[in-house]
Amino acid sequence: MSSVKDFPLPDLGEGLTEGEILRWLVQVGDTITLNQPICEVETAKAAVELPAKWAGEVVAIHHPEGTTVEVGTPIISIDTQPGSGSSAASDSSGVEAGLIGGPAPGGRTAVLVGYGPRNVAAKRRPRVSSTAGGSAPAAAPASGASAPASVSAAAPAAYAAPGAASSAASAPPASVTGPGGSAAAAGPVGLAGSPAAAGPAGSVAPVGLPATAGSAGLAGSALGQPMPGAVSAAPGALARAGVLCKPPVRKLARDLGVDLTTLTGSGPSGSITRDDVMAASAGAASAVAASSASAFSAASASSAGSAFAAASAPGREERIPVKGVRRLTAENMVASAFTAPHVTEFLTVDMTRSLRAVERLRQHRDWRDVRISPLLPVAKAVLTALRRYPMVNSTWAGDEIVVKHYVNLGIAAATDRGLIVPNVKDAHALSLRQLADALNNLVTTAKSGKTPPADMSGGTFTITNVGVFGVDTGTPILPPGEAAILALGSVREQPWVHKGKVKVRHVTTLALSFDHRIIDGELGSLFLRDVGAFLTDPETALLAWG
Amino acid sequence: MTNGDRIPPDPEFVQLLDPDGERVEHPDYSVEFTPDEYRGLYRDLVIIRKLDAEATALQRQGELGIWASLLGQEAAQVGAGRALRPQDMAFPTYREHGILHCRGIDPIMPLGLFRGVDQGAWDSQKHKVHMYTIVIGAQTLHATGYAMGITMDGKVGTEDGEAVIAFFGDGATAQGDVNESFVWASVFNAPVVFFCQNNQYAISEPLERQTRVPLFKRASGFGFPGIRVDGNDVLATYAVTKQALDNARLGQGPTMVEAYTYRMGAHTTSDDPTRYRAGSEVEAWRDKDPIKRMRIFLTKAGIADDDFFTQVDDDAAKQAVELRERVLALPDPGPLSIFDNVYPGGSPLLDEQRAQQERYLASFEGGH
Repeated sequence: MSSVKDFPLPDLGEGLTEGEILRWLVQVGDTITLNQPICEVETAKAAVELPAKWAGEVVAIHHPEGTTVEVGTPIISIDTQPGSGSSAASDSSGVEAGLIGGPAPGGRTAVLVGYGPRNVAAKRRPRVSSTAGGSAPAAAPASGASAPASVSAAAPAAYAAPGAASSAASAPPASVTGPGGSAAAAGPVGLAGSPAAAGPAGSVAPVGLPATAGSAGLAGSALGQPMPGAVSAAPGALARAGVLCKPPVRKLARDLGVDLTTLTGSGPSGSITRDDVMAASAGAASAVAASSASAFSAASASSAGSAFAAASAPGREERIPVKGVRRLTAENMVASAFTAPHVTEFLTVDMTRSLRAVERLRQHRDWRDVRISPLLPVAKAVLTALRRYPMVNSTWAGDEIVVKHYVNLGIAAATDRGLIVPNVKDAHALSLRQLADALNNLVTTAKSGKTPPADMSGGTFTITNVGVFGVDTGTPILPPGEAAILALGSVREQPWVHKGKVKVRHVTTLALSFDHRIIDGELGSLFLRDVGAFLTDPETALLAWG
Repeated sequence: MTNGDRIPPDPEFVQLLDPDGERVEHPDYSVEFTPDEYRGLYRDLVIIRKLDAEATALQRQGELGIWASLLGQEAAQVGAGRALRPQDMAFPTYREHGILHCRGIDPIMPLGLFRGVDQGAWDSQKHKVHMYTIVIGAQTLHATGYAMGITMDGKVGTEDGEAVIAFFGDGATAQGDVNESFVWASVFNAPVVFFCQNNQYAISEPLERQTRVPLFKRASGFGFPGIRVDGNDVLATYAVTKQALDNARLGQGPTMVEAYTYRMGAHTTSDDPTRYRAGSEVEAWRDKDPIKRMRIFLTKAGIADDDFFTQVDDDAAKQAVELRERVLALPDPGPLSIFDNVYPGGSPLLDEQRAQQERYLASFEGGH
C-alpha cells in the first residue's frame, strides 16, 4: 500500500463549493509536521490557513497559487512514510470528486449564518431489482457497453447510455423526443442508448421503475439522471436524459455548442466532465481553423507575437471566469450605476502653484523621505472642501440621508488583481504629513495585494487618479454608499491665460460625479469650484478655509 | 469606530489576578486554594486550549463540519465550571467546551456533534450538563424553567441545595428569550445564575452596537443583582460564580455574572474576524491572556516550576493526538439512527416510518 496520501480541499465553511489557493506555505520536498500550516485558501467567507493533516514529505502540489479549486479536489500529496520507496499511485482518502462541489455559488442566498443548501444533484446508487433479479446478469453482458459489471438490471440501461451513444451514434437519444410523457420516455431512452440490449432492457425498465413512476422526477432518478434536469426538462431536453453530466457542465456545453451525446465521459460513472467538454470544444475549433487555414495563413504570419491569436491556434477566444475582485467590481458598478442617478461636472484648473508647493515640500528636510504625488494636494483640497460642504460626504439610506462627520478617503488603485478602493480612515483628522504617509502606505499595500478587507469598507468619498494613465478625465461611477467621487485627469503643460498673458502652465481637468438624489447642481458646483480654487491657489485656500 | 468608544476600555470589574500575574485583593471576593488546586486550574486552562486548537485544525482538514473555538475564554469557562458543585445543572451554548471538561465529559463529545455523527451524545442527567443549544439564548429559558422546577421539588434553600447556571454570550443579551428568562427568574426568584461571557462580538457586531449600558447593569432593571468580573482571570471568575451559585442554592434568587473577556479566534470556523476588527485590538487583548498571567503567578508564588509547565504541555499534546485519532475513527451513524432517542419506549407512527425507511434502504444494491 502506498504511503502517499492526497489531501482534498475540504468544505471550510458550511456548504462552500470552492476555494482559491492564495499562497503555498510549503514546497515539494519539504518535510512537514502534523498541523503545520501548508497553504492559505480564500473562500467566499474567509481567508484561512490550512494545517497539514499528516506529517511527512510533500511529494506534489496539484494547483498553483491563484487557482480556484472545487471542494473535494486533491490539492497536495504527502508521503507519510518518506524513504519507504513507495511513490506509486496515491491513496485518495478524501471525498470522491464529483460528490461535493458543482455549480458556481452564484445562485445561493445568504442566510443568518452560512449559505443556503447547495443546488447540486446527489449521486444516486443503483437499486436492487425486486423481481427481475434473474435477468440482470443476462442483461449486462448483452448490452456490451461500458456499464460496470456490478450494476444490475435497471441500471445498465441507464448507465450504458452515455457510452453506447457514441458507439451507436446511428440511434442517438436525440431521436427520442416524443411528447408522450416523461415516464414513457424512460424506457425508450434505455432502448435507444443500447440497442443490443433492447430486449432485456425493454422488459426490465418498467420493473426497475417504482410503481408510481408517472412523474418526470422519478423517471429521472431511475435513470441515474440528476433530478433538477429531468424535472425542469422541456420535451426536447429529454434527449439528454441518457447523458450523465453535472448541470454547470451542461451549461458550458450549451455555451460552447458542444453536443454532449457525442462525447465519452471520463468522470465518475462515465459522467462527462468540464475537461471533456473543453477538449471537445478545442478540437472542434482547431478543425474549423484547419479547414480555413489557407484563408488566414497570411494573417497568422503577420500577427505572430501580437496579443491576437494566430488563426490556427486554439485560443482565438479566451474565457476568463468572473470571480474575486472582478466580480465584486462588476456587482458594485451595476448596483451603483442603476440605483444612484449620477451627474458629472468638469472643471479645468491650473495646478501650477500646487505643484510648486509640492516641490517645495520635497525640498523640506522634514519631508525628505516622503514620496509626494499630485494626489496629495488633491486629497487635501477634497478634505478642505468636504469640511465646508458636509452633504457631499453622505450616504443615501432610503428614507434618510446619513451625513458623515468624518472622512474615510478612498483611493482607487489599479492592482494585479483588479481595481480596489482602500480608504484612509479618519483622513479629516490627519495632518498633511500623516495624510501623505497614509496615502503612500495605502497604495503600497494595495499594489502588493495585501490590503485587508477592513481597509476597503466604510469609505465616504473617493478619488480616482485616472491621470496616471495619461487620459484627460473620465466620468467615474460612484462607489456604493458614497455620494460623490472625484476623478483627477493627467496634469499637462498647456497654454493658459495667466495674469492676462498666454503662458505655459500645468493644467488638469477635474471631474466630479455625484448622487443627484442628495446633491443638487448648485452644491456639486460649489464643491468642485472649491476643490479647483484650492489647487489653483493652495496657500490662500489653506489660510482661508484650512 | 473601534470597540470601546462607549464602553469604558478598563471597566470596573472584580479582579484577583491582574494581566501581569499579580494577585490583587478585592473587598468582597477572595479565593483559598491549595497548591494542587492552583495547579489543577492551570492544567484545565492549558488542556482545553490545546484540545480546542486541535478541533479547529480538524475542521480545516475536513474532519468537522464546523467548530466554535473558545480561544481566549478559557478562564471564564474554567472559573465557572470549577465553581459548580456536583448537584448543580448547567445549560451551555455551543462554545462551552471548557464547561464540559470541568464536568468530566469525554472531550470527544462536542467533536462528535460537530462532525455530524450524533446530536450530542453525553448523558446530560449524569453529568448535569444540558445539550449544546445552537439557538441563541434559548437555553436561558430552559435553565429558568429547570430552576423553577427544582424550587418546586424542594431542592433549594439549604447549603446543600441545587443551583442552575445558564451560559450565553453578549449577543444573546439582545434576544427576547434572554430578557424573558430574566423576567421569569426574577419574579419567581429562580435559583439560576445567568453567566454571560461578554467576548465583545456578536459574530461581527461589536459591543457598542449591542448596548449603551454595561451588560451587567441590565440585571438591576429586572430586579436582581448583576456583577462584572474579569473573565480572563480564572480566580476572580471562580470566586464570583461560586458566590452567585451559593446565593441561588440558598434561595436568594438569580444573579447575572458578566465575564468580561475576548474571543481571540473567529466566531466559528466559517467566520473571518479580520473583516470586522483590527489586528491591534486583538494584540491588546493578547496581553491579557488568561494562561499567561496564571503561569507568571504560579511561578512567582513558587507553586509550580518549568518542569510542571512542560509536563502539562506534554500531557495536553498527548491528549490532542489521542483525540484526533478517536475522531478519525468515529463511525458514521447508521441511517436508521435518526429514529433513535425520539420517544422513550417508541411511538407507533415512528415505528412504522422506521420500518418503511428500512425497506426503502434495503432496495439498494449492497444494502446500507
